[in-house]
Amino acid sequence: MSAASGSLARRRALLAYALVAPASVLILLIYIGPIIAVIFASLTDYTLVRDGFSFVGLENYTAMFADEAFANALRNTVIYAAFFLPGAFFISLFLALAIQSRKKFRSVLEVLFFLPVTSTLAAMALVWAALMDSRQGVINNTLTSFGLEPVNFLGDPGFVLAALAAISLWSIIGFNMVLFLAGLTAIPRNLYDAAAIDGADHPVDRFFRVTWPMLAPTSVFVAVTTSITAFKLFDTVAVLTKGGPARSSEVFLYLTFLEGFEYFNMGYAAALSVFFLGLIFVFALIQTLLSDRRINS
Amino acid sequence: MTDAPFVTSRAELHPLRRAWARVTVGQTLIWLALGAGAWIAVFPYIWMVSSSLKPTNEVYDADFTIWPKSFSGFENYHGVLFEQPYPLFLMNSTIVCLGILAVQLVTAIPAGYALAKLRFRGSAILLGTVIACLTIPINVTSIPLYLGLVKLSLLDTYFAMMFPFMVSVFAIFLFRQFFKGFPDSVIDAARVDGFSEIEIVIRLIVPSALPAIAAFSVFSFVAHWNDLYWPLIVVQSQEKMTATLSMMQYQSEFDTNYGRSFAAATVITIPMMLVFLFARRSFIRGITMTGVKG
Repeated sequence: MSAASGSLARRRALLAYALVAPASVLILLIYIGPIIAVIFASLTDYTLVRDGFSFVGLENYTAMFADEAFANALRNTVIYAAFFLPGAFFISLFLALAIQSRKKFRSVLEVLFFLPVTSTLAAMALVWAALMDSRQGVINNTLTSFGLEPVNFLGDPGFVLAALAAISLWSIIGFNMVLFLAGLTAIPRNLYDAAAIDGADHPVDRFFRVTWPMLAPTSVFVAVTTSITAFKLFDTVAVLTKGGPARSSEVFLYLTFLEGFEYFNMGYAAALSVFFLGLIFVFALIQTLLSDRRINS
Repeated sequence: MTDAPFVTSRAELHPLRRAWARVTVGQTLIWLALGAGAWIAVFPYIWMVSSSLKPTNEVYDADFTIWPKSFSGFENYHGVLFEQPYPLFLMNSTIVCLGILAVQLVTAIPAGYALAKLRFRGSAILLGTVIACLTIPINVTSIPLYLGLVKLSLLDTYFAMMFPFMVSVFAIFLFRQFFKGFPDSVIDAARVDGFSEIEIVIRLIVPSALPAIAAFSVFSFVAHWNDLYWPLIVVQSQEKMTATLSMMQYQSEFDTNYGRSFAAATVITIPMMLVFLFARRSFIRGITMTGVKG
């Protein structure tokens, strides 16, 4: 009996291995292997142009922190994020709160706000470039009809990061809104009743007493994923500005792309990738710490 | 008799007046904000479709009209679909997206089932790895993946375009969470009835998981259709060009026929809009499953 069940268990374990084998092999080839390889490559002077390579220790990293291009890309990314993050968080939260209470138009508004999320950003970037055109774009026509000066949104180093942030906001707000809506739906209704008994029946009181604390896990998730998204700005830069004018929109991921796939400085680009990996790790850590504290308290 | 109409009209006014009392300044401002927001969300699409129906000299006309003054939609779309290689680009995108999706489903469903329902040594390590990989974007691993494909001389092939996405750790995690809720008693009963484990997956688990499969499929298809980064790295020829990648050519004066350019942009974007509109519930479920629970 026990021998039979033992062999059954063994057979089932073997089957489990068969079921996870394809996925596991692919995870090794697509994730684990390349992560080890990128760390390894970041310690070499490998370029695609030459065949051999030699170990250079942490030279790529010291070069990176001394590199003016890296500092510039990091600065551009942070400026872009400063435009992008507050809007991506608070506008989405506002829309979720405003839409949630409507019965009639909720699904229509949901569809309209979500539509840009599905859009092919590379294609819609061309549309935005036309709307933002310095001479004949719809936005500048509107500005001048109000008596304002036209703005060269994508051609002026002082405006380009804000303009790119605006396009990114357009494409992400619906996504974050849906996350907030899901978080709001999960808040038990009786908490609001209890708050009303305690005297919190004004919408503002209800928000700060019930909604905001209960929404905290969603908020942390949205804040962390949106921050990582800010570092992944690529499509609109690649299609519209190519880092210009005068490298004022050369952001972190675009620089990594240029170093790796335009100049083929693989070792240096690998170091930039590892920097990005470290950054993601820090964000994941922040998220874990914040959500753990929630549970413990 | 004469004042009877007054009475009825006052009674009818009542709900209207109550509705009016609910219209506050705050509510009005929220409605204005929602309306303006919805207009900003949708206007680029309206502009794009409108411009795709216009001749080149009208696209940047100072006074914008939604309906073109002189209609050249037919020429523009005919140009995109019959004079430019767009059918090829759209086919490449479709092949790559469907290929990725098929491999993702075939690898993720069994793995998700095993992680949810079977006990085996190493399952905790595998699950931990899957969760850790959830946060790792293609941008981190692209250099080794590219170098590997160069060494195997596989650049500019469908395989290269699909390979990094052939396993979706997100799908494994999603299906694992979904299968967790499947009752063990049903699985045990099926085992007693002589079902093999493979049969259980195919005949019990997959049918029960259709909503999750649909949600993930829409999500995966749209994400890879819209991807620009990886095709930009591995595609080198016109023969393998994807629809999204083709948009890169426009900024470099590839086509100064603006009406036709925006017809091309419309042809690329509309399929995703339709997928979304038809599968809205699945799509949003896919996102909320990643988000709040992941």
